[in-house]
Amino acid sequence: MTAVQTGTTQAAAAPTLLDRMNSVTRLGLAVLASLPILITLDWVSALTMLCCQFGIFVACRVPLPLLARRTAPLLLVAPIGAVSMALYGRPGGEIHFQWWLVTISDRSLLLAVAVFLRILVLGSSAVILIGGADPTRMADGLAQILRLPARLVLGTLAGVRMVGLFAEDWRTMALARRARGIGDIGRLRRFFTMAFALLVFAIRRGTKLATAMEARGFGSERERTWARPSRLGRADLFGLLVTLAAGALSIGMALWAGTFWLVLWDAT
Amino acid sequence: MITASGWGWRYAGRPDWAVRGVDFTVEDGERVLLLGASGAGKSTVLAALTGVLGGADEGTEEGRLLIDGKHPTRVRGRVGLVMQDPESQVVLAKVGDDVAFGCENMGLPRQEIWPRVHRALDAVGLRVPLDQPTGALSGGQKQRLAIAAALAMHGSTAESAGPGILCLDEPTANLDPAGIVEVRDAIGRVVADRTTTLLVVEHRVDVWADLVDRIIVLGTDGILADGPVAQVLAEQATELLAAGVWVPGVPHPLSPRPVHASARPLLWTEDLTTGYQASRPVGRHLEVSIPKGLSTVITGPNGAGKSTLALTLAGLLRPLAGRVRVAPGLQPEPRQRGRRSSRTLDPADPHTWTSRHLLTRIGTVFQQPEHQFVERQVREELAVGLRALDWPQPQIDRRVAELLETLHLTGLATANPFTLSGGEQRRLSVGTVLATSPALIVLDEPTFGQDRNTWTDLVQLVLQILAEGRTIISVTHDPAYLEVLAENRLVVTATP
Amino acid sequence: MTNNLTNQQRLDDQTTPAPTSRHRWRVVDIVVAAVLGVACGLIFFAWNSVGYAWFTTMDALTPGLGGIAAGLWFLGGPLGMLIIRKPGAAIMVELIGAVVSALLGNVWGITTLYSGLAQGLGAELAFALFAYRNFKLPVALLAGAGAGLGAWTLELFTSGNLAKGPAFLAIYFATTVISGAVLAGGVGQLLTKALASTGVLDRFASGRDGGS
Ligand SMILES: Nc1ncnc2c1ncn2[C@@H]1O[C@H](COP(=O)(O)OP(=O)(O)OP(=O)(O)O)[C@@H](O)[C@H]1O
Ligand SMILES: Nc1ncnc2c1ncn2[C@@H]1O[C@H](COP(=O)(O)OP(=O)(O)OP(=O)(O)O)[C@@H](O)[C@H]1O
Ligand SMILES: [Mg+2]
Ligand SMILES: [Mg+2]
Repeated sequence: MTAVQTGTTQAAAAPTLLDRMNSVTRLGLAVLASLPILITLDWVSALTMLCCQFGIFVACRVPLPLLARRTAPLLLVAPIGAVSMALYGRPGGEIHFQWWLVTISDRSLLLAVAVFLRILVLGSSAVILIGGADPTRMADGLAQILRLPARLVLGTLAGVRMVGLFAEDWRTMALARRARGIGDIGRLRRFFTMAFALLVFAIRRGTKLATAMEARGFGSERERTWARPSRLGRADLFGLLVTLAAGALSIGMALWAGTFWLVLWDAT
Repeated sequence: MITASGWGWRYAGRPDWAVRGVDFTVEDGERVLLLGASGAGKSTVLAALTGVLGGADEGTEEGRLLIDGKHPTRVRGRVGLVMQDPESQVVLAKVGDDVAFGCENMGLPRQEIWPRVHRALDAVGLRVPLDQPTGALSGGQKQRLAIAAALAMHGSTAESAGPGILCLDEPTANLDPAGIVEVRDAIGRVVADRTTTLLVVEHRVDVWADLVDRIIVLGTDGILADGPVAQVLAEQATELLAAGVWVPGVPHPLSPRPVHASARPLLWTEDLTTGYQASRPVGRHLEVSIPKGLSTVITGPNGAGKSTLALTLAGLLRPLAGRVRVAPGLQPEPRQRGRRSSRTLDPADPHTWTSRHLLTRIGTVFQQPEHQFVERQVREELAVGLRALDWPQPQIDRRVAELLETLHLTGLATANPFTLSGGEQRRLSVGTVLATSPALIVLDEPTFGQDRNTWTDLVQLVLQILAEGRTIISVTHDPAYLEVLAENRLVVTATP
Repeated sequence: MTNNLTNQQRLDDQTTPAPTSRHRWRVVDIVVAAVLGVACGLIFFAWNSVGYAWFTTMDALTPGLGGIAAGLWFLGGPLGMLIIRKPGAAIMVELIGAVVSALLGNVWGITTLYSGLAQGLGAELAFALFAYRNFKLPVALLAGAGAGLGAWTLELFTSGNLAKGPAFLAIYFATTVISGAVLAGGVGQLLTKALASTGVLDRFASGRDGGS
């Protein structure tokens, strides 16, 4: 009976409070958290959500270096996205600069700030998924909790597992090519021939694997059972409530500040 | 009950039938050993029985092959199959999950699954943690895993829609001698109560002779022999020998060379540590010396690190510590530099050589044949190395034709290497390396999956290459191979 | 009497292979779609740096020319459908690619999934338009363009593009759709042909007719 725990052992990284949630919940929460940000384009709601998110991550003991590593590229990307909005956003209010299609106005600058914050929020929300990314547990959750078809979920899982083997295959293939006397070609050409060969190899293995799965009774009419239970618990409910609260807070702040702007509104 | 009447299958894109004119009946609970030459269609029969051969556009079926009167594709799950290639059957990322996978598909209740997983892993002697990644298993360990998965599905308490059928395709080909006994006994326990029908394909008759009731021999057109073990072996020995069956008690026709002692070493190691990651060394402090012109054979249990050592000696894997050294006669010219500028050439260290240096000096056959194939036709595959050496075309053609003949692959010259049978793939991969006749040849399990005839020709080829003064290192579990070629023997023991 | 006969027929049927339908997903379809999805995800991930550099610079400096680089991100849809040829294949492969790209870590986070869905849907519609019977180059190009349309539409909301001027939107539309047709549809078709010629797609209709 104790053996039921197997297959769910955590990877080497120190567990965070997020790990108490089911992987499916984490995916769902990431989606849920993105919705209030997506429906409005304003800086108040985005900033509120950003603060909530970081507060939650820190409270859940997500290591700060990890957080920094994940968000660093965003600091590079977000300004560029903002510039685009500043230059081509629909003008409104005072116009500061105009040249051909470019118009910089009060309104486009405000939008640019919103876009900047928005990219930060949406990008960093993916941190919640880290560690929940064990494909086996995710598949267990998708099939048992969301009731997606087992055939689809497990077939996909088996295919996806090969990504873990790509690196290993790449090395073996490099060794084999070296042994066959065709390993001396230029670096770029070798990269592309090997990448293609790797794809061919993966498909070939996938084809065989499908046969092996059927040979073990997969895909038959019989109702399937699950060796690893995937359940929802108190942590999942708590996560849901916190996320809903953060979403409500950010929309509420925007409404209160009067900056709320539904993306569908076609303003002047 | 399994009934075959005039059954045959031809793979799409192949002119010849893989099997044809097969007639037999197997009762529930019977135990059958299916024999036949390499390429006779044994794996094809098992795949058909499991219902995984594919639809009408993947091949042509003729005659009937039925399980209790039904086409195998309609009773999927009744038949469990352990396929020939252990590498391609790993479904999930962890050992425990992978064994449980089949049980889940059978609809077993959860509380029954995990005890079964433990029992099955114990039975095949795969003693690793349940959350061990399946990717980091040796060839033999993967084979044990595949068998454990099938055993767990077919444990005696399985309530299923009719008695189960267990098909095993060369289940012991990659196992060490102790493992063969262990696995055979485990399978014996599963079929002990006669509720499970057993079909085993294997070239070595002696392992299974005591367990099975009956032998069926596949020939080129239909069944060559069918009957109780002792009777068939006694009455039809000559036909069986002609078809490549390893008839127990009949020794193979080859004998060892007279060995001249005290050869000088061609390659040696200095305090070598092998492995894939620095944190998990596989072999430690190895002092190995390979005598020039002799055949060195490496043996040892599954997972002991034989393949890892072989790849390191061959200059493919980087040593984790220590060095591999090569005698001056084999070293490349120090000035002759390849384009691979990232490695600085040390002529005595094969890991720093270029791919072209290796080609004429050290050739390697991997344990997994498929890893090595780079072309779309068998013929092209054999020519790859010769092309890299800039041989003229007519000479390449001659050499390739010669090899095809020796390897019994002439009829498959234009086939895709990946569609060959297990034994054919093995011969081809050995052939690709022998083609360029490097001075030192490293062979990882060169004879698995061979029938008696192809085995003899393959070993003869190795002997011929030795006679040319070349040096050979082989990793093997094959006792017959050891008898002929263990001129120098290295035993690798598992490090705890 | 009639009852007897149908029973008889049903019994007879049991000795023939289980029926398969052209649209039903086999296990091998699912597994290979997943493999293709992961492969596309890796391509996306690589393109996330190379392509994105172009995309963002062009986007910032020019009105909408950034779309030119976007096509490669739509590859999953056309490629998946050209190889698997089952309803839903375009969505599935593109979506898995997006998931992989997001999990490996990119700047779009969870919205990558929405993009994958929209782009896959766009490509899927093109094939559905031809009742999943035509997989030749023109349809592949159309599917790539469809994926571009899907992406463009989604970004009206997710990137707040609705708030940008009509000139920007028109240019961005043109570049995205053309880039999709060429880099997703065209490249997808080439890749399918190359794969078919290695014999690895023998278990698929696309492999048996040479990928077109
Ligand atoms: N997928 C395939 N496509 C085309 N031809 C195939 C395929 N698999 C096997 N064949 C061919 O069918 C014939 C029978 O193959 P099969 O694998 O059944 O042989 P086998 O008796 O199991 O041989 P071995 O002992 O070497 O494993 C061989 O000639 C082989 O080349
Ligand atoms: N690619 C790999 N990455 C990491 N570890 C590996 C890898 N391949 C093998 N190992 C580990 O290294 C050890 C030695 O493996 P190796 O393949 O050398 O064994 P072997 O002696 O050849 O066994 P076999 O007879 O089963 O082929 C095993 O314990 C295995 O778990
Ligand atoms: Mg076989
Ligand atoms: Mg080995």
